[in-house]
Amino acid sequence: MRHHLILRVVSKLLIPFILLYALYVQFHGDYGPGGGFQAGVIFGAAFVLYALIFGVQAARKAFPDSWLAIMVPLGLLIFAGTGVASLLLGGTFLDYDVLAATPTGGQHLGIILVEFGVGVTVTGVIIAVFFAYAGRTHEIQDDDW
Amino acid sequence: MGSGIVNVAVDISLMTLLGITAIGIVRSRHLFATAMLSGIYSLISAALFVTLDAVDVAFTEAAVGAGISTVLMLGAMTLTRRTEKHAIKLSVGPFLVTVAIGAALIYGTVDMPPFGSTEAAGFNHIVPEYIEGSRNDIQVPNIVTSILASYRGFDTLGEVAVIFAAGIGVMFLIGRRRRDDEADDGAPREKGEDA
Repeated sequence: MRHHLILRVVSKLLIPFILLYALYVQFHGDYGPGGGFQAGVIFGAAFVLYALIFGVQAARKAFPDSWLAIMVPLGLLIFAGTGVASLLLGGTFLDYDVLAATPTGGQHLGIILVEFGVGVTVTGVIIAVFFAYAGRTHEIQDDDW
Repeated sequence: MGSGIVNVAVDISLMTLLGITAIGIVRSRHLFATAMLSGIYSLISAALFVTLDAVDVAFTEAAVGAGISTVLMLGAMTLTRRTEKHAIKLSVGPFLVTVAIGAALIYGTVDMPPFGSTEAAGFNHIVPEYIEGSRNDIQVPNIVTSILASYRGFDTLGEVAVIFAAGIGVMFLIGRRRRDDEADDGAPREKGEDA
């Protein structure tokens, strides 16, 4: 879809805001709707949109495969690591009370960390799955639709 | 009450759109149209979730159902043919089974407590404790987040593990093709080869 001028301009304008919105959803999940899952999908959707408009090769350059291989396990490790940290600090697994000076502060910290882990893994998986599918198809001409 | 009538009107119009979309999906033989219609179906479902005040679910449905899964369906469609091979004929047996199950489900809703009722089973078991705890102990305004990340941390860890496993599985199963392509020095493949 390289020659669709309107799509290119509009998506170029929108993508930074989509990414910013994903970060808002990620870190504002305690106060408003949203959280790691939603933020990860929105963050991934921005790159999917980029790949749809500018081609998968350009998107692969913007988001290298090596990042995916790191991000997909990293999020799960952050989540499980938070649990292990609370275990080492004297609580039970995923008991965030012990993570900070006060139980409430610990809960806030734990929720932020865990949601961040969720977001990282979901972002990685969404982009990886899309790249896996898109990598198997050839460039689709507009007439094919 | 005016707002009550508006709510009913919104519910009826969304449900009607949902029904029309579902019939469209069933009747369409063109896979592109089917994929797009299922995206529309997800978007209308997301609007319905908003009217039910389930904003977090609506968020997910709009992003995953209407966005990503439509793109993935289209991606999968480009690997196969664009139209259904055989038109599905209407056969009596499955039709009767579907009607019977649908009737049983509707019969089941008769016993359900009215929408928003505090007497509903879901509000009485452990939920008051969660609501209290979210307000006093965790102090997170969005109870969904506190339940998801704190009270049900194990469940969420399991969900992330499932997503992780799914992503790794897709990467291993179909993500490897591109390395073969690179090994071919980008030699153009015949289009039919992938089918």
